[in-house]
Amino acid sequence: MILDYVGVKEINGSLIVLDNVPNATSEEMVTIRLDNGTTRQGRIVQMDGNRIVIQVFEGTRGISLENTETRLMGHPMELSLSPEILGRIFDGAGKPIDGLGDIFPIKKADINGTPINPVSRVYPKNFINTGISTIDVLMTLIRGQKLPIFSGSGMKHNELAVQIARQAKITDENGSNDFCIVFAAMGVKQDVADYFRRSFDESGVLSRVVMFLNLANDPIIERILTPRCALTAAEYLAFELGKHVLVIMTDMTSYCEALREFSSSKGEIPGRKGYPGYLYSDLASIYERAGIVAGKNGSVTQLPILTMPNDDVTHPVPDLTGYITEGQIQLDRGLDASGIYPPVSVLPSLSRLMKDGIGKGFTREDHSAVSNQLFAAYSKVMDARSLASVIGEEELSPVDKKYIAFGKLFESKFVNQGFNDNRSIEQSLDLGWELLAALPRSELDRVDDDMLDKYYEPAKKRVESRENQNTADKITAAEA
Amino acid sequence: MNNDVIFGINGPVITVKNAHSFAMGEMVYVGKERLVGEIIGVTDKLTTIQCYEETTGLRPGEPIEGTGAPMNVTLGPGILDNIFDGIERPLKEIAEQAGSFIARGCAVPSLDTSRLWKVTLTVKKGDKLQGGDIYATCQETQIIEHRCMVPPTLSGTITMVKPNGSYHVNDTVAELTDNDGNVHALSLCQRWPIRTPRPVKKHLPINIPLITGQRVIDTMFPIAKGGAAAIPGGFGTGKTMTQHQLAKWCDADIIIYVGCGERGNEMSQVLEEFSALIDPKSGRPMTDRTVLIANTSNMPVAAREASIYTGVTLAEYYRDMGYHVAMMADSTSRWAEALREISGRLEEMPAEEGFPAYLPSRLAEFYERAGMVETLNDKEGSVTLIGAVSPAGSDFSEPVTQNTKRFTRCFWALDKSLAYARHYPAINWMESYSEYFPELENWYNKNLGPEFVKYRKEINKILQEENSLMEIVKLIGSDVLPDDQKLIIETARVIRVGFLQQNAFHKEDTYVPLKKQELMMKVILYLYQKAKQLVSASVPISNILATGLFDKLIKMKYDIPNNRLDMFDDYMKEIDKAMAGIVTA
Repeated sequence: MILDYVGVKEINGSLIVLDNVPNATSEEMVTIRLDNGTTRQGRIVQMDGNRIVIQVFEGTRGISLENTETRLMGHPMELSLSPEILGRIFDGAGKPIDGLGDIFPIKKADINGTPINPVSRVYPKNFINTGISTIDVLMTLIRGQKLPIFSGSGMKHNELAVQIARQAKITDENGSNDFCIVFAAMGVKQDVADYFRRSFDESGVLSRVVMFLNLANDPIIERILTPRCALTAAEYLAFELGKHVLVIMTDMTSYCEALREFSSSKGEIPGRKGYPGYLYSDLASIYERAGIVAGKNGSVTQLPILTMPNDDVTHPVPDLTGYITEGQIQLDRGLDASGIYPPVSVLPSLSRLMKDGIGKGFTREDHSAVSNQLFAAYSKVMDARSLASVIGEEELSPVDKKYIAFGKLFESKFVNQGFNDNRSIEQSLDLGWELLAALPRSELDRVDDDMLDKYYEPAKKRVESRENQNTADKITAAEA
Repeated sequence: MNNDVIFGINGPVITVKNAHSFAMGEMVYVGKERLVGEIIGVTDKLTTIQCYEETTGLRPGEPIEGTGAPMNVTLGPGILDNIFDGIERPLKEIAEQAGSFIARGCAVPSLDTSRLWKVTLTVKKGDKLQGGDIYATCQETQIIEHRCMVPPTLSGTITMVKPNGSYHVNDTVAELTDNDGNVHALSLCQRWPIRTPRPVKKHLPINIPLITGQRVIDTMFPIAKGGAAAIPGGFGTGKTMTQHQLAKWCDADIIIYVGCGERGNEMSQVLEEFSALIDPKSGRPMTDRTVLIANTSNMPVAAREASIYTGVTLAEYYRDMGYHVAMMADSTSRWAEALREISGRLEEMPAEEGFPAYLPSRLAEFYERAGMVETLNDKEGSVTLIGAVSPAGSDFSEPVTQNTKRFTRCFWALDKSLAYARHYPAINWMESYSEYFPELENWYNKNLGPEFVKYRKEINKILQEENSLMEIVKLIGSDVLPDDQKLIIETARVIRVGFLQQNAFHKEDTYVPLKKQELMMKVILYLYQKAKQLVSASVPISNILATGLFDKLIKMKYDIPNNRLDMFDDYMKEIDKAMAGIVTA
């Protein structure tokens, strides 16, 4: 028996309160029909006996105490799923908006998902070659990982995400058809969403992309559902259809702000900066949906993008994200301003899963040595620079001067890389050695001697012969 | 009598109207699916329950069933080499029953009830037993003997004993008649409420270090068996890595590793690594002495709150058998946040940063369950607690870090800038401290000789001096320093890179015995003394550095295998020779 409840008792922001509703279940979906014939979706968020609180996705504008009929749907928020979702565009709540009609569902799944049992997880170890030196060598992306991009307004995080999506060799040996992208836009501008769509189109992967778009002016309640819908789709593609899924979510900060707005309208006690106390658990329920499950072929890899308000990494959103995700790629405004792309701030960036996914059998035996040494050397560059800013570069010790030179090379050659430049891991590693060749051998304290003999010395010779070649060329040019 | 029904639902918090039979802390089953919950508030009108499972789909009017007992765990053989969720449900069995994703209302017994244990009964009819006395033993894993003890609340005379043989966990193996004539069946397991510390005969002084094989910890900031330590650090500073290293290498008999609101992939890593790792002492897989409690960040928040107590109760149980137990909790901040979240749902008045005002007392209760004790059966056992703290915004002034500092005596502060330079373990030697060292000094003197403490002091002094010199270096560069100060900076570099920094992935360096730690200090200090003599004889420091000895010492952690400690003598000789060479030149 389906009952419609007429009228509401209270309206507060996006919440409405109904009284005398028996038989409602926690987090159940409701449809609200207004007397002008339009319908809205809502979800039960709180129940006290027969009194229920509903959040209305499309907002409460136009709702009065009398003009509605509310119907309980008898199930929590679900997403219709079928292999046909590939190539389609949905709104934030999972309704198709590309004019191609509804999805004929093979399966419906609760968008909240259920946690993966830790014993059923497979520890991720397979390296994803993104073709970007900094990421591949220093903060390797692993299939099944969640690696966010910490950015700020105006920096090139969207380009970076597109480049990763385009170049990433995410598939295993079985073939390339198993790879797809789920894209969730939360509170982004129309043109940004369009940029992603166009880029996917240009690189010819659009038919393998599922897009969920909640634009900046769409209702915030829908924004809270967007990542959950996207991940439900991703889990379906990965664990039921066996695909390797890369989930790009932008912008998590907008998501958190929506959550804050929603929480304060419910009258909850705020935690830090007005964000609800359960922000950590809430973010975890999104990020933890990345991974690989034993016995299933597919994987879910997450690449969330968030803009740090005022570039502040200690702001609750990046802070809590960093505690949940397996590392982060942090962008730097200074590098961005000096025209370096991708402006990856190397030192605070990190990938927690890389240690077991690199080295012999995965990438190359010298990988961990190079990356450790580059990190250590670059952190010395920073010390030398701060010293130089006080006493001037001229006064630095000869070793510090070498570090300054190394730092410049590192940023201009290694970090800096074109938007269309796709480097193989061998190229990137060799480049790393060639840069380290600018430092004396005794400074390389993170690498053992065998490794130095095998890679450092040849790299040094390569650099020297190239320099000799250059000088020779110059001389011939001058003579001519 | 049972007609209590759900009234309100707000996330994991459930209310019941007009129920009078429930006690505070009682465990209840919620709804038709019988989700596990605990009573956390009682008034005459409203009873509040926190539910340990997802509440989506529950509806008002569903029944609530009390169990009459507080939230408790089952203690018995089969705990080791197992992985549980926050309320001691075995995750492997849940996966077998429900698949790769965790379903709700899984009714699985905590311990495998079908497994047979080869039990030796150690009592005979007529024996008088007190609480805590051992009545049966069985080999739980190849290295750990499980000792079944009379529950601490019971005492009396044994009136029935079964013969030695194979029994299930729930089989009665003996009967105990107490002074009032009541007969109690003793099986291989017992239950204990997680929020009540298990009783002990008395607390003993803390004076044995927990050897971890990590130089910066064993030498600089040691922790005692029965002590409590905090590892605070922002994300990416290596809290989890440090915890893993301690779990792998510390010399406790039993390891309880609680993943409290952390990453799922990390737990699968622990599972994989620990089963592949062989314990050097016993030659058996690490899992033989390990219990994992995994309540990842996306699992229900109330169970996260309980997981810490579940862990420490298991630890106390093994302590009572006379074992040294170390429990790692990663991370206590997530636990504190779970407290905050539930407190918020109860609309309690928040204190600092939204945390409830009772946060400090809860932290104190937890850390006070550490200790070196004489157990009820006159054995010596200990529980060592090592809690990671994840301060918001890496700011150590936040309430969880500050309050944890008050109740732990060992503080390993992880430092972002060290982590950025990939100096691991990123324990900052200026900010960290261990109040246990004075109490452990005797042990070091007795077991390693008086030099160890002396070396440590000298190493400390050089690091302190370097720290104040660095203030100057930052302003004017190191070139202008006089040679003796340059020597300090160079020696400190050897200490930092060659000694304090330790490579967890290097097979020799991941665990370093104390003797090698001492010899490393010895060689470094020997070089320092020799060089100092030369410097005071006006030999330019550049000549001394040119010998390459400093760089050689930095790499000795890799070059000298743990079983070739005689090589240190060669190093000393080489130093002598090189230094003599400088003088004659």
